[in-house]
Amino acid sequence: MLKDITLGQYYPVKSPVHNLDPRIKIILTIAFIVAVFLGTSLWAFIPVAAYIILAAVLAHLPLKLLLKGIKPLRIILIFTFLLNLFFNAGETVLLEVWKIRITLEGLLTAIRFSMRLVFLVSGASLLTLTTPPVVLTDGMERLLSPLRKIGFPAHELAMMMSIALRFIPVLLEEADKIMKAQMARGADFESGNLIQRAKSMVPLLVPLFVSAFRRAGDLAMAMEARCYHGGEGRTRLRVLKLTMNDLYACLITAALIVIVVLI
Amino acid sequence: MPIRIEHMSHVYQPGSPFEADALEDIDLTINDGDLLALIGHTGSGKSTLAQHLNGLLTPTSGRVLVDGEDINAKGADRRALRQRVGLLFQYAEYQLFEETVYKDIAFGPKNQGLTGDELDARVREAFAKVHLPPDTLEKSPFELSGGQMRRVALAGVVAMQPRVLVMDEPIAGLDPKGRDELTDVIRELHDSGVTIVLISHNMDDVARIATRVAVLDKGRLAMLGTPREIFARGEELESMGLDVPQTVQLCHRLRAGGMEVPDCLTNEELAEAICTALEGGAADA
Repeated sequence: MLKDITLGQYYPVKSPVHNLDPRIKIILTIAFIVAVFLGTSLWAFIPVAAYIILAAVLAHLPLKLLLKGIKPLRIILIFTFLLNLFFNAGETVLLEVWKIRITLEGLLTAIRFSMRLVFLVSGASLLTLTTPPVVLTDGMERLLSPLRKIGFPAHELAMMMSIALRFIPVLLEEADKIMKAQMARGADFESGNLIQRAKSMVPLLVPLFVSAFRRAGDLAMAMEARCYHGGEGRTRLRVLKLTMNDLYACLITAALIVIVVLI
Repeated sequence: MPIRIEHMSHVYQPGSPFEADALEDIDLTINDGDLLALIGHTGSGKSTLAQHLNGLLTPTSGRVLVDGEDINAKGADRRALRQRVGLLFQYAEYQLFEETVYKDIAFGPKNQGLTGDELDARVREAFAKVHLPPDTLEKSPFELSGGQMRRVALAGVVAMQPRVLVMDEPIAGLDPKGRDELTDVIRELHDSGVTIVLISHNMDDVARIATRVAVLDKGRLAMLGTPREIFARGEELESMGLDVPQTVQLCHRLRAGGMEVPDCLTNEELAEAICTALEGGAADA
């Protein structure tokens, strides 16, 4: 039951987008988000949408997957849309019923904000869909490593993130197993009011925490036994190298920003 | 209360790229009073089969009947079923969560709706059956050794008084002493009338205590019979990545060396057979 939850949602196919350098992909995602917020007119969303679709096609991703990433956001989207629609002062009144006034400016702002949210999320999911979590943290570590000079723990942070991501499926499986074991003893996780249900989680959470700590201890021991001592002087398995594709991706993104600013 | 498994198959995550056939067309009856050992190589589907016996997994096709009732039929009472068919998971010590051993054992019967004296009696009775030192009852389960924790978990299932007890690798990962103690507990439970399904990798234990053996191979029921019948087919077992008990191995080697002994399952039986063979040989000479 818990196994059905997809996390990290990496979509494993071979494509030029998947093969881009993770550092470049992270920077380009940030640049894309900036582009989404730079646009002032609604027309600016056309190149932005074109960019996302191009990237998805190049990455061999079904568009359905990108849309699925937006689905959990629908309540926030509707909320944002309605708030901006009703509470924006404007000149051109489109509709006025009692105290509610819908203006053209309000409508445009509502559309703009909702569109920004949609593209923000699809841009971010594009990154996670095309980059395995481990590669992603690797890229992050490399990007943040200049900050090490001022004492920022870039390597440690990336290591913690990889370990956390690595253990999500393990803990999910463990949770599934413990849940079944307690169900076999007659536990009921589904019925009852909120307090009863919260209480019924105790037989699941206590063993889960115990096992998480046990695993953490074991892992720390195993890493130490293999002489892990932090990032200092550590070589890498995957050496990141820039290719021509990375250059093209940068050029396309730069073009997007220029077009958005000009519109 | 027999359990009938009729043409049961199970497919994990059907329709996804991770689709996997776990069980294929299993047909098996577990009779009252059986101590059925379920053996098979890693990934042969033993644990999947075990979880079907009390409705934690639903078969993709086929039926599981307990007392003639289809447990996956609409309106079937799963919780009532789980009182009749207890399941002890692999590494069951990791399911313990309460502050004291007493409270942990009480979890199951409490879920059955028992209170007061009745509950207390159940807990103490189950605790007595697993032969733990009396002072552990009020200890935290996390202070105990691995083998003791496993027996607490077993007591937690026994306290629900199931008539069928399914155990997934109950002795795996225990030291020899813990293993012997737990094997004794299992045998006593069986003697007291509980039907037992035992998943095990340890052929010596299977030979010692099982009344019937079912062999799973790649999700199919490959063999079914008494331990003696099954372990006589050593070569087939080996082709499935399984062993025969040490006693049977020794019998094979003795025969290869020219001593006439039948296949023996227990140490006592083997000793007897060797003596007979030696005496016979001595008489000839």
